[in-house]
Amino acid sequence: MVENDRWGMLLSHLVLILGVGLVVFPVYVAVIASTHPPGTFVRGVMPLLPGPNALENYRTAIFDGRSVAGTPPIGGMLWNSFVMAMAITIGKLSISILSAFAIVYFRFPFRIFFFWVIFLTLMLPVEVRIVPTFEVVANLGMLNSFAGLSIPLIASATATFLFRQFFMTVPEELMEAARVDGAGPMKFFRDILLPLSITNIAALFVIMFIYGWNQYLWPLLITTDPEFYTIVMGIQRMVTGGDSEPLWHLVMATVVLAALPPVLVILFMQRLFVKGLTETEK
Amino acid sequence: MQTKRTTFSNWWLPYALLAPQVLVTLIFFIWPAAQALWQSLFRQGDAFGIRPPTFVWLENFAALFRDTLYLNSLKVTLIFSVGTTVLGMSAALLFAMMVNRMIRSRDTYTTFLVWPYAVAPAIAGVLWWFIFNPSIGILPYVMEGVGYDWNHRSSSRDAMILVVVAAAWKQVSYNFLFFLAGLQSIPQSLIEAAAIDGASRRKRFLTIILPLLSPVTFFLLVVNIVYAMFDTFGVIHATTEGGPAQATNILVYKVFRDGFVNLNTGSSAAQSVILMAIVIVLTVIQFRYIERRVNY
Repeated sequence: MVENDRWGMLLSHLVLILGVGLVVFPVYVAVIASTHPPGTFVRGVMPLLPGPNALENYRTAIFDGRSVAGTPPIGGMLWNSFVMAMAITIGKLSISILSAFAIVYFRFPFRIFFFWVIFLTLMLPVEVRIVPTFEVVANLGMLNSFAGLSIPLIASATATFLFRQFFMTVPEELMEAARVDGAGPMKFFRDILLPLSITNIAALFVIMFIYGWNQYLWPLLITTDPEFYTIVMGIQRMVTGGDSEPLWHLVMATVVLAALPPVLVILFMQRLFVKGLTETEK
Repeated sequence: MQTKRTTFSNWWLPYALLAPQVLVTLIFFIWPAAQALWQSLFRQGDAFGIRPPTFVWLENFAALFRDTLYLNSLKVTLIFSVGTTVLGMSAALLFAMMVNRMIRSRDTYTTFLVWPYAVAPAIAGVLWWFIFNPSIGILPYVMEGVGYDWNHRSSSRDAMILVVVAAAWKQVSYNFLFFLAGLQSIPQSLIEAAAIDGASRRKRFLTIILPLLSPVTFFLLVVNIVYAMFDTFGVIHATTEGGPAQATNILVYKVFRDGFVNLNTGSSAAQSVILMAIVIVLTVIQFRYIERRVNY
């Protein structure tokens, strides 16, 4: 602050409180809506104060689902989302840390070529090659399976780049010392490089988990069996499934449950999240 | 590209280490992309196998640029991306400027502004769809009070506003974090010196802060355009489904519709190829700029 200007500060607080209000409002409305009985949404305007039906709505959404809302029970979809997100996260982290290790600590023919192959993944997001990718997965018999949900998404150039950058800053002496002591490459990787990378791994873990959890187009394409629906895509089925108005109280209970895990991850790991975000995306 | 000064020597291990990632990339990225390129040159055969696919050179592309639906989708994508980017970035810049002035409350505000990043685009869409719902939504109710009859089911403009707001809402957090980091890296002494020379707040913003923020702004510009063009599929699919009357049928959504619902492989592949070209151009711009930033 340069000037001591009380009114300016007051104005800033006002703008920020308004801004926070705007940012929080949609979710507030969702939480409120999920506590009302179905009758509330038949007429009039949506409620802005909590209703009496919270427990019942969440119970119906989690355990019943299908019969009333046109989707499987949310419990199963939450589990599917969790498995998919974890598989994508762990898969991405392990294959990119290995390839970064190979690229930094070895010299071998076609090294640059492989680097470019990995780099290309950045330029080919799923959204631009929807149909042929679907065909490949279908031909491999991976529709309606967790392998199909996760493996095609685990190639990650950004994670490889981040690990590469980090490995380049690891002192040369560490590796030389390890070699003098007779450690092979895998022993060096496991006992020295991996422990040093823990913070980076954790930061990436947060980002990748959110990425995996929020996948939408991909599960939509390759799951036709409700057994494998994930929660984020399941919501769409609830909203546009029938001809009638959606069952808002159940939809909103589902929305709250679907958004909760990644939001909690951000709130509790904000420092790691910011680190992961600013370092992977630059 | 560098390696370590000393490296391990092992003729097969590096290949084994690279194998998982390279295989996944080849099978699920490069091969389908090549397929799209190849298919984009064919007119598809009929479903009964009587007429085989025929090689038509660039006819699919030519057809696209004659197709008013495709041209409309290009226009819609442009409006949608510009709207989302401008709205998301200006709100984020405003918040970041304000938060940057705070001392004690900085972290609290940041926490409140950051979490929508975790909300999936599809969910963001559903949330705003609910708020804007013509019969029970709170905003149409308020707007009716001031004499605006909101209906995103029939009005193209309303539908576009809905998807832009939903897409920008989710992206504010991301932009905010980067703007805040950018603002915090501006030396306070510069701003103090300008203030001593009598520059007003507005002048300091325009001549010092804004120019020094330009690298961040440019970076965010590219990231936001990429986001609006490719990551917002969920926003559209969960709410307007491209309607009403194609008003929100962005390119990514159209590829999906033409490929999966209308089963027009050739045209969908040609559209994929055009999208790939756009991503490649945007990625190259982004990386060239980063190279520059690293060098000075």
